[in-house]
Parts: sequence; structure tokens; C-alpha cells
Amino acid sequence: MNVSMHVNGERREYDVEPRTLLVHYLRDVVGLTGTNIGCDTSSCGACTVLVGGESVKSCTMLAVQADGCQITTIEGLADGDQMHPMQEAFREHHGLQCGYCTPGMVMAAVSLLVEHPDPTETEVREGLEGNLCRCTGYHNIVKAVLAAAQTPLASAV
Amino acid sequence: MIPAAFDYRRAQSVDEAVGLLTEHGEDAKLLAGGHSLLPLMKLRLAAPSVLVDIGRLSDLSYVRANGDTVAIGALTRHRDLEISSVLHEHVPLLAHVAGQVGDPQVRHRGTIGGSLAHGDPASDLPAACLALGATFTMVGPQGEREIEAADFFQGFLETALGPDEVLTEIRVPKADGAGWSFQKFNRRAQDWAIVGVAAVAGSRPGIGLVNMGSVPLRATAVEAALAAGASASEAAAHAADGLDPPEDLNASPEYRRHLVRVLVRRALEEAGAA
Repeated sequence: MNVSMHVNGERREYDVEPRTLLVHYLRDVVGLTGTNIGCDTSSCGACTVLVGGESVKSCTMLAVQADGCQITTIEGLADGDQMHPMQEAFREHHGLQCGYCTPGMVMAAVSLLVEHPDPTETEVREGLEGNLCRCTGYHNIVKAVLAAAQTPLASAV
Repeated sequence: MIPAAFDYRRAQSVDEAVGLLTEHGEDAKLLAGGHSLLPLMKLRLAAPSVLVDIGRLSDLSYVRANGDTVAIGALTRHRDLEISSVLHEHVPLLAHVAGQVGDPQVRHRGTIGGSLAHGDPASDLPAACLALGATFTMVGPQGEREIEAADFFQGFLETALGPDEVLTEIRVPKADGAGWSFQKFNRRAQDWAIVGVAAVAGSRPGIGLVNMGSVPLRATAVEAALAAGASASEAAAHAADGLDPPEDLNASPEYRRHLVRVLVRRALEEAGAA
């Protein structure tokens, strides 16, 4: 069936099976492989993207459920060579080790700042509870998000 | 993991959804946020041949104060419950419990109606609805009917909802100023409760239990003890009476029986229910 959506501001339209998951639509059909698949059971958050500006686990949503929606993936954050403030903060504070959880972590963090523009450390930790880092690099991730919150436009997409 | 193939139908109204369910019978399943159904379909534990998507029926997403009750549309997302000013004023327990479900991503998609219709004994919202004495409205080919939360949950993942019915509204008595508590015990962030307790004090006291049997349960023995004048710790001693909690990787039945007595006591003390 025909499924169209705006991905990172660009209209995309493809014929896919109804059972196609949003993450497969983005990775295999649209070709944006920045969104990772981790646990594939809506636990780890590696596949987090924004749907209408809100964080969602794209392994647990059908592409057809996102029909007509605005989707933002990790590829949609930077402005050319200019990294998004959240990406910049992750780099500055070394908020990653192996990097596998990073795209989902960054997207969840952007959504977190929309809901909590000036979060406490506890709010950051609770707000990222849907994202697992198997390197357990949580401390620097939390530092990065707290630093990004002090930057203008860190919640902008 | 990819679900088995199915036909996808998007309903534009509750009546259309009921019509599609009637047409396709037990082979059809309703899809709302999909956060209970899609994981089961990906594991092929469920393989409906038709999915009827009601996720876009935005007129079923609301929280309204209405006389002595608060009416909640079945498609209201956990996130919308969590931040609802109407709930914070009149039924703060429900807003709090919604904010404890899963994680932010789950709460952006999952709906209260979907959680209740799934009927999972390990879910938080059914226990809260039991504690609050909620009433559910369902629409089917014969029209509308109502059922008390206490009569809704009938077996493991089984509810009173017929295969051709849609849960449309949840009504909860206002509990302005009543003490309340939600005790969710788990080992890791975002996990299901190993045991959970939702308690509300005031003029309509109630206690709901998470993960203490094959269905979401009301702690009737505790409620009876409180009504007879027992203290919090005396009443909590009855929390596991007659219950047959499940065994899994996290806990044995004996551990759950111990845990529920501790958590009920804490909940009653925090709610000021005795």
C-alpha cells in the first residue's frame, strides 16, 4: 500500500506492505541507515526517531501508522556541516563509547528537552530511561544533555 | 522481526471499526498505539489476518471533568494522561500511574484503552482503574454498554470486550483531595512491575494489584479489613490472601506474596488510608 511521509523535511512516498515497520521503511526503503536497530523489542531505544516532534521507537510502529506524519531521524538534525547543539554536546562531553546507541540517544534527548526545557539531572536520567547504553556510558550522556539544555535551539528540529 | 502479513484497514469512525470487526470476526484485531499488539505480532504470538487501525480517531482522545466523574477517551495516550491538568486536579493517581508506564517513547504512542483492552496483569493502568472504581464504555453492533472495571478483566489477556466491540471511554469518579499512592517495584528502569500496588483513600477507597495473578486484581481482603477498622499494617497482612501470583525469572510466588504485603502497607501509609 502507498505510504507517504515527510522525512527530515522531504516528502517520501513508497508502496510497501502494511506489515513494514517504520524502522525498515526508513532504513531499507528510504535508505537512511543512521537509525539503528538494537533489541527490536521496544526496550533499548536505539531505533528512536521523532514522529511529529515526539520520540518514538520505530521498531514498534508500522510505517502505515506514520502515513502523513513529519519524521525526523538523526540525519535530519545537522544543518549541513553545522552539527545540531545536541550532537555538538555529545561530542564535547564524550557522550558515547561504541556509538551504537547514540542516534537513538540523541533523538530521545532532543524530545526530552522539548518536554523539559531546563531539566534536572534526575529528569534527564528518567527521561532517557527508554534508551540503553551497553557500554554503560550514561554519566557523560547525562552531562551532554544537561549542557545542551543550556544552549539555544537544543530542542529544535 | 517482522509481523506475519495482514490486511490493513483504517477506520474513520467507531461505527466503521465495529462494522469491520463484525465483518472479519475473530481474525481481526484493533490497532491503537500498537505498543501491546505489535510486540506480540513481531514475536508471532499474535497473527491477526486483519488489522483495524483506530489510531486516528482523534475524537476518542480527551480528558473531561463531567459532574462527579472524569471521562477519558480510550485513545488518550499515556503522555496526555501524565500531563492532564484535569487529572492532576481530580484524579492525580491516574496521571501519576500513566507517567510510570514504560518509558517516554512508549508513553508517546500507547493509549489507555489499548492497555486496558490488552488486559495484562503486569500492566499499571488496569490496577489503577480497579483501585479507582472505573467504569468502561464499549460499543458493538448492538450499541453501547457499560461495565465496571472489577468485572472487565476475566482471564490471562482476556477481557469482557467482545471480538466485535470497541472500548471507547473510561470514567473515573473524582477523588479530589483523597490520599493516594502507587508503589511500583522493579529492578531496572522501564521494566514491568514485579509487583505493583495502586491505592486510593477517601470516600471510595480501593486497592489494585499489579502482577499478583493471571488478571489485574483488586485487593478485596485488604479493602474488607480496612472497612472493618484495621490499621494499615493489619490490613496489609491480608494482601496476598487467596492469591496465586505467577512465577518468572524475577520472582517466585512466595517472594511476590511477601512483596505485596510490604508494598500494600507502604501504599496505605502513604495514601493515609488507615
